[in-house]
Amino acid sequence: MITTLDSSSRAASRGLSDISIRNLFIIPTIVFLIVFNIFPLIYSLGYSFTDFRASTNAPANFVGLKNYRELLNDPYIWNNFAVTAKYVIVSVLGQVVVGFGTAMLLNRDIPLKGLITTLLLLPMMLSMAVVGLFWKLLYDPSWGVINWVLDLGKFQWLGDPKMALYAVAITDIWMWSPFVMLLSLAGLSAVPKHLYEAAAIDRAGTLYTFFRITLPLVAPILMIAVIFRTMEAFKTFDLAYVLSTQPSTEVISIRLYKMAFQEWQTGRSCALAYIVLIMVLAITNIYVKYLNKVKER
Amino acid sequence: MRKLVTSVLAGIGLTLACGTSVYAQEKSLTIFWAEWDPANYLQELGNEYEKETGVKITVETTPWSDFQTKAFTEFNAKGSAYDLVVGDSQWLGAASEGGHYVDLTDFVKENKVLDKMAPATVKFYSEYPGNSGKYWSIPAEGDAVGWSYRKDWFEDPKEMSAFKAKYGYDLAVPKTFKELTDIAEFFNRPDQNRYGIAIYTQNQYDGLAMGFENALFSYGADLGDFSTYKVDGIINSDKAIAAAENYRKLFGFTPPGWTNAFFVENNQAITESLAAISMNYFAFFPSLLNESTNPHAKNTGFFANPAGPDGDQFAALGGQGISVVSYSNNKEEAIKFLQWFIKDDTQKKWAALGGYTCNKAVLESAEFQNATPYNKAFYDTMFKVKDFWAVPEYAELLQQLNQRVYPYIVNGDGTAKEMLDALAADWDGTFKKYGRGQ
Repeated sequence: MITTLDSSSRAASRGLSDISIRNLFIIPTIVFLIVFNIFPLIYSLGYSFTDFRASTNAPANFVGLKNYRELLNDPYIWNNFAVTAKYVIVSVLGQVVVGFGTAMLLNRDIPLKGLITTLLLLPMMLSMAVVGLFWKLLYDPSWGVINWVLDLGKFQWLGDPKMALYAVAITDIWMWSPFVMLLSLAGLSAVPKHLYEAAAIDRAGTLYTFFRITLPLVAPILMIAVIFRTMEAFKTFDLAYVLSTQPSTEVISIRLYKMAFQEWQTGRSCALAYIVLIMVLAITNIYVKYLNKVKER
Repeated sequence: MRKLVTSVLAGIGLTLACGTSVYAQEKSLTIFWAEWDPANYLQELGNEYEKETGVKITVETTPWSDFQTKAFTEFNAKGSAYDLVVGDSQWLGAASEGGHYVDLTDFVKENKVLDKMAPATVKFYSEYPGNSGKYWSIPAEGDAVGWSYRKDWFEDPKEMSAFKAKYGYDLAVPKTFKELTDIAEFFNRPDQNRYGIAIYTQNQYDGLAMGFENALFSYGADLGDFSTYKVDGIINSDKAIAAAENYRKLFGFTPPGWTNAFFVENNQAITESLAAISMNYFAFFPSLLNESTNPHAKNTGFFANPAGPDGDQFAALGGQGISVVSYSNNKEEAIKFLQWFIKDDTQKKWAALGGYTCNKAVLESAEFQNATPYNKAFYDTMFKVKDFWAVPEYAELLQQLNQRVYPYIVNGDGTAKEMLDALAADWDGTFKKYGRGQ
């Protein structure tokens, strides 16, 4: 339905035109966005070119690109980016496989389907910090349930620097696979049934049907899930912060937090935040372009 | 309609008028501290102050993990929410140079704080820069890193004879780091789910640094020269290398997964019968004597940080001083509270409530030293403590220490010399960046 702005409407007759009402609704939102999003964004861009430290009363001195240059030459920062990239790949891939697989299992007539779906959604309704603390206990080598169930003895999930990142990713997969499952389920239920019937008449195999019908039709919505999850995984902070202090799990958000709020290197941390922002935008753009291609097919 | 509007406005006016008059009559002070037992004791002490003066004291707390961030966020905003803050000793540089703390030099001299408090506590909790004679806080909660141990394990005749047979001397409270290491090795029995020792390893703030410093200082090593900011040849000296090697050796006798351990985990090591010896701040020892929180309370003993190979004996300083916030609207009242707080009688009450006084006379009294099983060890420790850098960029130095020390101690990466050489280079770079020691 298309709504047109009619100056002779009832509202107009009371003294407020439709345009005024529209502005009344839109302007506060725009003002809110400008004050709390756009202004700090531009302000912090300015700070990123200074040596400003919020913990002191010293004025901010312009240092040009020094912060950016130093950050991009800092091996620790590159290590943080490498850790983040590894985490994003493992976590998002795991969520897609588990989430889509679960959606495939649920996309059929089974008893208590609604209840099972609701129960499977529970993890993503929990707080990240609570999940982190809860899984920290599960992973404990002395009294954790995971080692007991899998009969792994004193296996160190979080204590082993090589394993810790995977342990954090497994927790993230447990928590956010239901999100991918939910979107995939929506996509799967939208696939026209007659396509499967036609494939069955043509005696198409299960794999052929999956790769030629199911996956191509669900791909756009699955890509949206991947975009959301990639952006979120790239920004992961609380889960990794609560679960482990291993350097091998120090993702870029944790480094940024420490730089900004523990070390009070305000200018430098603003520069790092911009580097992260540019990276997230670049990755999202690549995904969106790919999504458009998938949709065009 | 007009009546309704008039009534509502009158009601609002009356409420505001009443609120203002009540507010004007009531004097109050807000003290900001971390969320732990001593903050509750301070609230109780504050209630005493209210009874005497009518000034209401509110101790506002936040979890330790947010403490520094929340305090400095308020400082940076020049907020007047807090009149006093019981801040970490490392904050002195940042808070004084940032203009967040009121200069208490005259107060310290006029009220003879230097004579009343243990010298090390004034030096580390109050003075900045070091040896400058400028003071920014009053020692409030003295604390240092000490040790608790399982007395019943130590006094078991079978264990005692087995220990003597293996090491050639009696099993007793360790007086040196060598003895500490031997005992940790002796009790380390993974097959019995029993381990030798619990040490600090958490690298999110200063946990690992404090633990490592306990070894470093007793080995006769130092972090650097606090007046010239020279670090090369000091933090990576032979003594420092030996201390790091010993701390790493001790880590080998900790329970599995002891890679993110600080005060909570280290007390758990005793309460859950996981380890024979456990490192912790003295401020966390009261709960180890409480049978409702520690089933082994009767069998838990305490001792001061042992000496190193050359007889040096120091401990890492914890605790905090109390400072007046520059942006407070009640600075005069805050100063009056401090004058009351440093009185000998108040300090006695503070100690009786459970606070760790820094008052020399109270610390030296037999009454204090015999009050708990750990007070004697606390007294012994408070006269031989050393602290981390207190410069404004201390958090960067701490981060660099965590980045270098943690992989070596916990993950076994590289050698102690490589690690400390790299740390010396990092710190040197940071001091140069901020124009120190040039």
